[in-house]
Amino acid sequence: MDNSYLIKTDELVKIFPMGKSKITALNHVNLQFKKAEFSGLVGPSGSGKTTLLNIVGSLDSPTEGSATVMGRKIEDLSHKQGAELRNRHIGFIFQTFNLLPVYTVFENVEFPLLLLGLSAQERKKKVMKALEWVQLADRVKSKPAQLSGGESQRVAIARAVVKEPKIILADEPTANLDAENSHNILRTLEKINRELETTFIFATHDEKVIRYLRRKITLIDGKVARDEVFENPVGKGEGQ
Amino acid sequence: MILPRLALRNLLGAGLKTWLNVVVLSFSFVVIIWSQGLYKGMGDQARVAQTDAEFGGGQYWQEKYDPFDPLTLQDAHAAIPESLQTKIEKGEAAPILISQATIYPEGRLQTILMKGIDPAQSVVNLPTRFLDQENEDLPVLIGTRMAKNTGLKIGDTVTVRWRDVQGTFDARDAKIVQIMKTNVPTVDQAQIWVPLDKLQALTRMENEASLVILAQDTREFPQTSGWIHKDMDFLLKDINTLVKTKQVGGSIIYIILLALAMLAIFNTQVLSIFRRRKEMGTLMSLGMTRGKIIQLFTMEGAMHSVLAAVVAAIYGIPLLLSFAKKGWAMPQAMDDYGIALGEVLFPVYGTGLVIGTTVLILLVTTIVSFLPTRKIAKLKPTDALRGKMT
Ligand SMILES: Nc1ncnc2c1ncn2[C@@H]1O[C@H](COP(=O)(O)OP(=O)(O)OP(=O)(O)O)[C@@H](O)[C@H]1O
Ligand SMILES: [Mg+2]
Repeated sequence: MDNSYLIKTDELVKIFPMGKSKITALNHVNLQFKKAEFSGLVGPSGSGKTTLLNIVGSLDSPTEGSATVMGRKIEDLSHKQGAELRNRHIGFIFQTFNLLPVYTVFENVEFPLLLLGLSAQERKKKVMKALEWVQLADRVKSKPAQLSGGESQRVAIARAVVKEPKIILADEPTANLDAENSHNILRTLEKINRELETTFIFATHDEKVIRYLRRKITLIDGKVARDEVFENPVGKGEGQ
Repeated sequence: MILPRLALRNLLGAGLKTWLNVVVLSFSFVVIIWSQGLYKGMGDQARVAQTDAEFGGGQYWQEKYDPFDPLTLQDAHAAIPESLQTKIEKGEAAPILISQATIYPEGRLQTILMKGIDPAQSVVNLPTRFLDQENEDLPVLIGTRMAKNTGLKIGDTVTVRWRDVQGTFDARDAKIVQIMKTNVPTVDQAQIWVPLDKLQALTRMENEASLVILAQDTREFPQTSGWIHKDMDFLLKDINTLVKTKQVGGSIIYIILLALAMLAIFNTQVLSIFRRRKEMGTLMSLGMTRGKIIQLFTMEGAMHSVLAAVVAAIYGIPLLLSFAKKGWAMPQAMDDYGIALGEVLFPVYGTGLVIGTTVLILLVTTIVSFLPTRKIAKLKPTDALRGKMT
């Protein structure tokens, strides 16, 4: 096992049965991600971005090959061990925010900490800190229905960040947001990435997101077509 | 654990729908406790009344005595054994002699039982002291039901005809000295009460009895040959069976109510599991296991019963207490139940009843809430997140 990588895939294959035929969503993918990477999967629709994120996030398992996350082989994890891995080490950000509608902003962000069994005092401290990251500390009592799209996604980010996970997986986080909100959120995520050294993997079509990436992995038909690294990504688009 | 808290939040978050289910379920709570309390009160009241007026603390029956077979009555008498005689002298027992007789009220013929009892007895709660009339040839005490059936009033004279020990017919005019009001039909209907010594003399069964009633605090039951001890379990068996039968009959209403409430909760559960797949996917992504999610959803459903208990307590306690205090006026027809019921029934709600009902409802609700959640056990996180059911 190679410990310098947080995430590693070896000849990763994912095949979905589709009636009588099969869809190969991932076709021998070999990738490694280190600590504090700010990377993204790009590529046309159906190229396997979401599938890859799901396997790395232990929400799905490989058909063939292997995915190792934080030293654990995803294909060997039981449902319970997968849940444990997600609970401790992985934060998810979804296109549709996926906030729990009956809970307040505070309670939504608090939820992962409840699962971790933290004391009320610790929870409160961490929740407030996470909400300050996303500048929503004044909205603790609001319900998701009272929030704008941008605010909802910021709450979702706070929920992903609150337990300070090693990895955050973000599937099209800006797809439902306008340009201003998208930039706002990306700046926040970048700051989190720098200060907490969290590894980010995005799956996206969004040019705005791509401009922030320091590593861009292009998937085509379930294969890695290109894997590019940028030194000074934000400057790349705006500075020149 | 955090699950109950989350479950409660989810449930309250569902708003009106939850409260509708809760209110329906709370009806079941109140109706079950009320009706079972009523039957309990009915049983208790009947047992107390019948014990007071008839059974005492148990009875000794002459071996041939069988209240359900009037044909054997003729032979069901014998001299009172020594051990019982001692109790009788100390006032701890009262002998009863029973003879079949015929009366002719207003010229009609009616077959009845003539029961001899010591006017001075205090073993059973009957106004036998009215029979203590030196100058009456044959004073008679009857109950209100008997008075109504025969049209007899206090001071009326009625002809009584019976057979003595040899089977010879004899007849006498008897005078109604008192009409007693009692809840117990079995000391009232188709019978007259006369002084024991008079009956013994008239039938020439001196010092004999058909049965001996013991005082209620009797602890020792001597062995006697020719006489059989009948304990309270035996004597109260009929009442207990009857109350049980009524209880089962009465439960149909609340089984229907409960079934309705369960149907509503089941429906809510099925719908919510169908609609909240994305939420389940989110919970999985946050690190909740399927087992925990099943627990959460089951608890959510089951918690309807906890809320229902609270709601039921809010309106049910005052309601039930006022019933317990004011009682439930029984329609006249209830007399046909054949057990001793007062005109007003007082429900009795024991802690056992309340706890039992709560546990029953909690259990049934939990099962009904759990059943639809089994679908979650096969739910894939990715499918759940896409709002798809596997
Ligand atoms: N649960 C599933 N069952 C069957 N086929 C699936 C399933 N999930 C994904 N697929 C298929 O796998 C392929 C890759 O899908 P995936 O969602 O990973 O693509 P994507 O790159 O995320 O696309 P998009 O940009 O549209 O989100 C597609 O052809 C898709 O139809
Ligand atoms: Mg996708």
